[in-house]
Amino acid sequence: MNVRYGARTFGLELVMIAVAVAFLFPVYALVTLSLKDQREVAESPLAPPASPTAGNFANAWTRAELGPALLNSTVITIASLVALIALGSFAAYFLSRRASRLGYGLYVLFLLGIVLPFQLGMIPLFKLVDGAGLLGTYQGMILFYTGIQLPFTVFLYTGFIRALPADYANAALIDGAGHFRAFTRVVFPLLRPITGTVLILNAVFIWNDFFTPLLYLGGSARETVPVRIFAFVGQYVSDNGLVFAGLVLAALPILAVFLVLQRYVIKGFASGLKG
Amino acid sequence: MASTLRPAPAKRAAPPDAAAHRRRRGARFLSPPWWFAAPALAVYALVVLYPSLSGILYAFTDWNGLGDRNFVGLDNFTKLFGDDAARGSLVNTLLLTVAIVVVQNGVGLLLALGVHTGIRSRTVLRVVFFAPAVVSPVMVAFLWKYIYNPSPDAGLNGILGAVGLGGLRQDWLGDPDLAIWSIAGMVIWQFAGYSMVIFLAGLEGVPAELHEAAMIDGAGRFQRFRHVTWPLLAPAVTINLMLSTIGGLKLFDQVYAATNGGPGHASETLSTVLYKQAFVFGNFGYSTAIALVLALFVAAVSMVQIHYLRGREVA
Repeated sequence: MNVRYGARTFGLELVMIAVAVAFLFPVYALVTLSLKDQREVAESPLAPPASPTAGNFANAWTRAELGPALLNSTVITIASLVALIALGSFAAYFLSRRASRLGYGLYVLFLLGIVLPFQLGMIPLFKLVDGAGLLGTYQGMILFYTGIQLPFTVFLYTGFIRALPADYANAALIDGAGHFRAFTRVVFPLLRPITGTVLILNAVFIWNDFFTPLLYLGGSARETVPVRIFAFVGQYVSDNGLVFAGLVLAALPILAVFLVLQRYVIKGFASGLKG
Repeated sequence: MASTLRPAPAKRAAPPDAAAHRRRRGARFLSPPWWFAAPALAVYALVVLYPSLSGILYAFTDWNGLGDRNFVGLDNFTKLFGDDAARGSLVNTLLLTVAIVVVQNGVGLLLALGVHTGIRSRTVLRVVFFAPAVVSPVMVAFLWKYIYNPSPDAGLNGILGAVGLGGLRQDWLGDPDLAIWSIAGMVIWQFAGYSMVIFLAGLEGVPAELHEAAMIDGAGRFQRFRHVTWPLLAPAVTINLMLSTIGGLKLFDQVYAATNGGPGHASETLSTVLYKQAFVFGNFGYSTAIALVLALFVAAVSMVQIHYLRGREVA
């Protein structure tokens, strides 16, 4: 890293900013179009809006039924994260503290799930969920995300716990605590950094996932944001201003969370995948 | 690693079997009970293992969801390679994957090298370049569907016209020869910042002293990159190649939203074909056969990459 801010660094700064401006062109198009009425979208698609209107946003909010969709996405994401962290951390603790063949075998079995594309089990699982009456419900989606993201969650937790000394938990056990108490009171709080990573990576995946919610929730009252937006865009495809206002509204919540937590999110994405 | 650093236990005079017994009892007392893993294993078995195993079996049947399931041997696979749309989807998937892996990581590396310098805007730029990666791919695809629209004065064509490159205007998604490359472009736009972030983590791990030592030895900018930075980036390269390859092979959302496989079958991928075979045509057996081919590709690529790239990594 250069210490001095010389002409060379200044030149690089200008180049990088130019790249960023070009990179942001689609976002400029998105925002300006969402502020234009239908006539202006057709007549001057690239120019900044002459008389910005917020009408598209109000219309998009109600016609895309984004309120209920945001609620559905929030419920499914939070419940799945709670299940993943609870089941994943307990399992990983067992796998990393059992130096037996059983522990290792189970760990490899979980790792297999990272490589298997979920499409392989897509139809049998769909039949299973359908048979249990869970299509179009929160429970079906939560069960799906918990199962499908457990391998990755167990992988992250196991790596972290293996590097953690066993002494803290052992001390608690020798003092007479049961395993459950020793884990929840002593070990789990020590896992906070990796729990943060698990939370961020799974939250972004679940919030944005499309394929399975389209299958399980499409047409129901439980549609998540991406599924709702897909239906909305299909319905109003000719009205770009309205469609883009819908896209802006749908993308805002996760972008806002990202901007607030950007340091942690970027760190989570950069570090969470180290094998 | 840690266990080798621990002091060796003191030798005792007790008979070896008694010592072993005590050790085992101690380990059992301290290691967590099996039921810690049971709920996770049950959910994993129900959602992933059992469906995947039955998927592998269905791949060799003619099941259509209603009638009997008859074992048909390799028929589904011969059909896959004989069916133009399906074979085309396999070729498309591989082309898309190669384009995404090469360009996304190339751009990601350049961005990382540009940001990992003394420039003042580095924090902001990192956020800007990474931001698209947290948005749903379906929404990014709808945004780009507009950017790619064929009208001569909107979106990308409008920009080309405005800067005097009107001759390059295209029907980006409507031209069958161009559609998959346009889709690759939107995927790369969305995820180049993700590659960048992983490369940045690798760059931050390169000790400054190594660069200084190389500089004192007279190494130029390029030589320092080639001999100091690049070898130490190996873990980041491995992760990036794995992620982008698997992402490319499984590509669905962007294609489904932007072209739905069209025009004709020009931008069909394995995932869109297996989706349509299952939920439009009801060919469950055939669909799972395609999924099995996809799974084999993903597994093979992961293994080859881990094998070759691990060799490059400096411990």
